[in-house]
Amino acid sequence: MHEYSVVQALLEQIETIASENDATEVTKIIVKIGVMSGVEAQLLEIAFNTFKEKTICDGAEFVMNIQPLTIVCRACHIKSELSARHYCCPECESIDVEITDGEDMFLMSLEMV
Amino acid sequence: MCQDCGCSITEHVHTHEHTHEHGHSHEHQAAHETLRHNPQLNDAKTISVITKILDKNNQEAAHNRAHFESHGVLSINLMSSPGSGKTTLLEHMADLADFKFGVIEGDLETSRDADRIKAKGIPAYQIQTGSACHLDAFMVHKGLHAMPMADLDVCFIENVGNLVCPASYDVGSHLNIVLVSVPEGGDKIEKYPVMFRQADLILITKTDLLEHFDYDVEHEKAEARKLKPGVDILEVNIKDSVSVKRVIEWIEFKRKMRG
Repeated sequence: MHEYSVVQALLEQIETIASENDATEVTKIIVKIGVMSGVEAQLLEIAFNTFKEKTICDGAEFVMNIQPLTIVCRACHIKSELSARHYCCPECESIDVEITDGEDMFLMSLEMV
Repeated sequence: MCQDCGCSITEHVHTHEHTHEHGHSHEHQAAHETLRHNPQLNDAKTISVITKILDKNNQEAAHNRAHFESHGVLSINLMSSPGSGKTTLLEHMADLADFKFGVIEGDLETSRDADRIKAKGIPAYQIQTGSACHLDAFMVHKGLHAMPMADLDVCFIENVGNLVCPASYDVGSHLNIVLVSVPEGGDKIEKYPVMFRQADLILITKTDLLEHFDYDVEHEKAEARKLKPGVDILEVNIKDSVSVKRVIEWIEFKRKMRG
């Protein structure tokens, strides 16, 4: 259960950005959570909505976009989204693939007042 | 433009002559009140950020790596469930390895692991995480300053026993070794894909118990390579020093390949 640590990092990051932009309130947060980032999205949402209270994000809407694993095959150059956790090109079955998304967590955008 | 607060509400035009000093007009004050209480009239702005949520941790991890590199030390993050044999492997490597190593230990409580390592004459530093389920780069940074870097070739970071949380945190290691022991059962690699995806080397440990368990080593290897096609996998039976030496050889090889 490291979702709390992730939320702490996220809240710190948001506070820094808000103060750089002279915002007094953050009203909407959009994050992108990769399916292979190691974070359970539902737990992250609960943790965020619990710990946002009395911070600049109090009352903010928390939007999570779940990012599937996305690869570009180095053999056939086709871009694919993987449905299973099998790192292999679904088109040509090459294992020489570049992972372009789905393994990380990003703060994407903030709506501030 | 209001000179006092810099907002963009225009001051009403004075048409009458007067000599008395006055503050803001009622209309101006009213406008301010409306603004404060009606967020819809405020300019909400949306900014695109696109930053990794664990960016700060990652920066600290890069700093740790640079620190290890400045001393020519290879750092290896050891991860597994509790009880897979991380500390036992390190104890046995102490007797067999030619390279000099130190260990940064992470546990919720006690300094038992560090004590076991120190008893082998190996420098060790214990991080007690309290209730934290993983080590992060900031904790490891404290630990690395307690290590006699100049005397070391390799520094192990023995993470908190956990197949979930440590996988999300770069601690500043060059390589990740993930252990999984036979008694844990033959589905751990499929159940914890994020962890095994991080591995540069997977060690299947306690293979001396294979005869007592329904554990298909080849199936596990195939599952691991679905997640990471190029991953190295070794079998370890701690009572067989040849298997421990193969782990040492793997580490030696990686040291040489880094120059």
